Amino acid sequence: MTLESLEQIKGRAQAAVPGAKIDIIPNTGPSQQSSLLIDNEHALAVARFLRIDPALQLDFCSNVTGVDWLERTLKKKVKVKKVVDGEEREVDETTEEKIPGYLEAVYHLYSMTHKHGLVVIRMRTADRADDARLPSLTPIWRSAEFQEREIFDLYGIRFDGHPDLRRILMWDEFQDYPMRKDYREPDDYEYEPTPHDAVLARAREHYAPRPHLDGAENITPQQ
Amino acid sequence: MSEQIDEGLRSELQRQGIWVTSMQDLYNWGRRSSIWPLQFGLACCAIEMIATAASRYDLARFGGEIFRPSPRQADLMIVAGTVTKKMAPQIVRLYNQMPDPKYVISMGACAISGGPFKEGYNVLKGIDRYIPVDVYIPGCPPRPEALLHAFMELQRKIDEQKLTGADRAEHLNAAQPSEFPVPAFGAHDLEPPANPDVFEPPKIDRT
Repeated sequence: MTLESLEQIKGRAQAAVPGAKIDIIPNTGPSQQSSLLIDNEHALAVARFLRIDPALQLDFCSNVTGVDWLERTLKKKVKVKKVVDGEEREVDETTEEKIPGYLEAVYHLYSMTHKHGLVVIRMRTADRADDARLPSLTPIWRSAEFQEREIFDLYGIRFDGHPDLRRILMWDEFQDYPMRKDYREPDDYEYEPTPHDAVLARAREHYAPRPHLDGAENITPQQ
Repeated sequence: MSEQIDEGLRSELQRQGIWVTSMQDLYNWGRRSSIWPLQFGLACCAIEMIATAASRYDLARFGGEIFRPSPRQADLMIVAGTVTKKMAPQIVRLYNQMPDPKYVISMGACAISGGPFKEGYNVLKGIDRYIPVDVYIPGCPPRPEALLHAFMELQRKIDEQKLTGADRAEHLNAAQPSEFPVPAFGAHDLEPPANPDVFEPPKIDRT
């Protein structure tokens, strides 16, 4: 059985779950893997629909991963009609759009019954705060349990409804979220015989209060 | 051989069918011929360690085949693989539980320095930050021959250890520590990130 297009899935899901807001995130790259962005409030119901709908039966969640989107500005060139020197002309105008940062959880779904897939669904948090929340989809796909724990561990997304939300790779006392883009690792720089670029910057920073120890800060990049 | 016996006299006696040795030689011969490693592996290096112990490479030829599942019965700790920061306290604890005399082989790039994960946030940059290491073998992973070489180096080291005198073996010196502090899980890193009594970053001349 061939898989429906994302537009069809979106339309049927919205019909099945009243009030659900689903957007298609286009992917124009070679993989053409566009995905469905599901609103957090109806995520569980939409996920249940994707799993039990007879035509879809996406019963296998193969992968769950997180994405950290920092605050960014989108620059767009728009052609605008403007009156220049008393004459109407088309002029390029750049508009800047500020997009606040957020965290994302991405689920890869397949169907073992129908042997089709992949359908990618996403959920977004409101912001990048320390207690950014998303609904857990572990009640729908049991295989998401450990991977949601991993996302919680490395990105700091708290999954509401997760049966056992603890850190899975780092120790419980650990407080940072190392896969976030603004994570700063502890200053455990070790000597390098020929430090350069980022390592040289780290060496200088590390030995600045104790220059007699290493002296890497005296090195110029040419050396 | 030992300097306690004159080599000429020794060979003369051997020609007459009398074998003379010293307590130290006998003791070290026994120790180096039955090194029991602790049975644990951390990553892909452990696969090579297993191959070393199995029939093709046969660590038993050197007396090291009896891998012990208990640190109380082990003489040698082969740190075979990547030591994550989460695993490091357990390694140090196992080392502390081993009875003296005990030795450590740091096997592979990861156990030596963190290897390809050195710049990461979750891998310890070398087990020698917390416990003293006797033999380092580079490689990613080292071949079984390299581990055998490290084993023979260790045997050579044991052979040269003295039982008495100021330069006697560490385990016979009560002033030498045989246990080391177990690092604690901190909020951002292990605490302390290295034991300054054991580890000192290499000093290099930049002039």
